[in-house]
Amino acid sequence: MPIRVRYFASLRERIGRSEDSLDAKPDLTVAEVWATLQPDRPLDSNTLAAVNQEYVESDRRVLDGDEVAFFPPVTGG
Amino acid sequence: MHIEVCEHPFNPWERLASFESEKGPRPGGFGATATFVGTMRDFNEGDDVVSLTLEHYPGMTERQLERIVSEVDDRDGLLDVLVLHRVGQVVPGDPIVLVAVWSAHRAAAFTACRQIMEALKSSAPFWKKEELKDGQRWVAQNTPG
Repeated sequence: MPIRVRYFASLRERIGRSEDSLDAKPDLTVAEVWATLQPDRPLDSNTLAAVNQEYVESDRRVLDGDEVAFFPPVTGG
Repeated sequence: MHIEVCEHPFNPWERLASFESEKGPRPGGFGATATFVGTMRDFNEGDDVVSLTLEHYPGMTERQLERIVSEVDDRDGLLDVLVLHRVGQVVPGDPIVLVAVWSAHRAAAFTACRQIMEALKSSAPFWKKEELKDGQRWVAQNTPG
């Protein structure tokens, strides 16, 4: 199963789509997922990341079938 | 405990009353209820705001709210918790969030209500986009308090 990559809020609008798909590779990290899919956009230090709907750091490993999400600082409440 | 992301407007006072009467903590078992209601303003950063659109991450948002409640310092002191949060289009005066906490004594209720609200503001995946008179903008970050 490929990795499902999702973008939310202002990040989704900047990228121009809500999802991407990526084939897993051994030892792939969250930061590398971003760099592969967004080669022209450095990962902003403010950008938050989640794997399988839990917050992670960008060095977290990503496995086949995982759902990875990138989004800006949250502004609820 | 009840956590809900609401796609339609809600009345926090009616929801509080129905929660207490239908499930909620046992009548007589609690001595304190602390509630926080966050309501949409018609101004932000010096500009008039016409409406807000609230986006969330279905699934993660609910999980994160559950985690926030489970990580309250005095979790054992809480008898019940109700958290409601709007998504979709909101206009000034509409409630956005309700946090209600029941406990035996006031300290646990006051503290938990504040802790849940602050954690929700800093870590629950919701995003606000403001509709101004002359355009739209995403809210970049929450104010500290």
